[in-house]
Amino acid sequence: MTRRVSTSPLAPRRSPLLTVLMALFLIYTLVPLVWLILSATKTQADLFSSPGLWVGDHFAFFSNVHDTLTYRDGIFLRWLANTLLYVVVGAGGATLLATAAGYGLAKYRFPGRRAVFAVILGAVAVPGTALAVPTFLMFSNMGLTNTVWAIIIPSLISPFGLYLMWVYAADAVPDELLEAARIDGAGEIRIFFTVVLRLLAPGIVTVLLFAVVSTWNNYFLPLIMLSEPKLYPLTVGLTQWSGQATGANAQPVYNLVVTGSLLTIAPLVIAFILLQRFWQSGLSAGSVKQ
Amino acid sequence: MAVKGGGTVSQGVTQLESRGETRGGARSPAPGRRWSRSDTKGWIFVGPFLAVFALTFLAPIGYAAYLSLFRAQAFFGTTEFVGLDNYVDVFTDDKFWDGSLRVLLFFVVQVPIMLGLALVAALAIDSARLYASSFFRLVIFLPYAVPGVVAVLMWGFMYGTNFGLAADLNDLFGTSIAPLSKNWMLASIANIVTWEFVGYNMLIFYSALRTVPDDIYEAAALDGAGAMRTVLSIKIPALRGAILIATIFSIIGTFQLFNEPNILRTLEPNVITTYYTPNLYAYNLSFGGQQYNYSATVAIVMGLLTAVIAYAVQLRGTREAMK
Repeated sequence: MTRRVSTSPLAPRRSPLLTVLMALFLIYTLVPLVWLILSATKTQADLFSSPGLWVGDHFAFFSNVHDTLTYRDGIFLRWLANTLLYVVVGAGGATLLATAAGYGLAKYRFPGRRAVFAVILGAVAVPGTALAVPTFLMFSNMGLTNTVWAIIIPSLISPFGLYLMWVYAADAVPDELLEAARIDGAGEIRIFFTVVLRLLAPGIVTVLLFAVVSTWNNYFLPLIMLSEPKLYPLTVGLTQWSGQATGANAQPVYNLVVTGSLLTIAPLVIAFILLQRFWQSGLSAGSVKQ
Repeated sequence: MAVKGGGTVSQGVTQLESRGETRGGARSPAPGRRWSRSDTKGWIFVGPFLAVFALTFLAPIGYAAYLSLFRAQAFFGTTEFVGLDNYVDVFTDDKFWDGSLRVLLFFVVQVPIMLGLALVAALAIDSARLYASSFFRLVIFLPYAVPGVVAVLMWGFMYGTNFGLAADLNDLFGTSIAPLSKNWMLASIANIVTWEFVGYNMLIFYSALRTVPDDIYEAAALDGAGAMRTVLSIKIPALRGAILIATIFSIIGTFQLFNEPNILRTLEPNVITTYYTPNLYAYNLSFGGQQYNYSATVAIVMGLLTAVIAYAVQLRGTREAMK
């Protein structure tokens, strides 16, 4: 088939009306983010007294960042380090496991392959959070709760990543190349690390990016697994700060919650913008061929 | 027109098996020898994934099923085998049904709106009638990169009638809508979920649209088909698989609804009950009430209901595609 270069062969005239309608959509998407950026520049008093989509009386962005990073002996930085640990080990491991398994399923016709397929597909239909409580009880019996492993181990599985790599590897890795490498005497594992990984790179970037998002954004799992604030990732920590605003000993730190939220989303948003060529091509990976 | 074998991520799952079979390992085993030596080595690559998968997926499912058959004895601190009694209790539990009906209502209203918006956006971006279409595509997708927790915190603040946009808008229009009040809460949650995932679904649809070959559009143009006709007769049918998958993902997502109500609960504990959604119920049973056995039963029933509904949708979808 011919890959479509232009979006449509008829090359219709551009429509200002459609563009305006979509711009409304764009505004809906951007308003919360603009609100967040503006709010991160305000003092707590200004948050209450100034309009949501306008600046406050004082420009407090830098003092907010300073306060966020130093509040309670710099616990925010600790949460950031935890999040990075969970992301690097969890998402990195998930990508490696999914890549290897996807490649194995695509390129080897081993006994039990169909059973593997059926089990994974069946288990994916079970809602992840339905598993959370039993997983907690099981990990609790194994003494894993309230350790970093309680977060890392469940993060290692990405069925979506497995599927993507399976589809991707089937076409991206030519069988002839594997045969040639085998004739040269290379072992299977060596072939995987020296030949296959390079061919799968665009798919791997996509799987990694989505695994990073899901571990960075993970909330439910750490919420139930961890009771020690020092192990929290950013998401759970921020909700704890937010929860401080209500209750008997209320100590609202709205400006810190807002600034912390901005600091939490910035790395991912920047990563998605910078890496857009990779994930957009990776996502439609299977779509090029017929 | 049926979707051709193109198989984007989105169209995939239903086709996964046939794809794997037809394009998988390419070579069929040599006669007289079922598996070649290198083929059994496939386990080297699949094994590690399966081992972790067994620990984090299969074991908890089995453990939950086991737990659901027992009940704690309050005075003795032991558990007693009660067969299916817990299941009978769940099915007659008003709190469970209250939450289930709420997520069902949410699914019936929010999912069509979200997928409809995503579909319109994908068609608009694919139509070539838009200025700066790649910019639209990127920005509309961005909320997906925002952690759900931050999304809820942001919208929660904006919904607030103290500071935030709700106060400004009410001043502007002279209204007194409180998005976090009992009547508006579910709609407010629906808005947050829509904001988070519309771009993700848009991207799924857009990827599927890109698989339609040029020839078909050219043929349609020769036959005198207008833009509307092309959308209805070519693009929508081509999207059938993608819509099906997006719907199934949305079913699973909706029935798992937890983060949004749980975080908003810290703002409005009186509006959001401990059993606002089934998932919240299972969570609070475990961590508020130590009723682990009953909580596991709720989780299993919820998982089964989700699987049944997802399966029914898929069955309907594939039957439609056969026509």
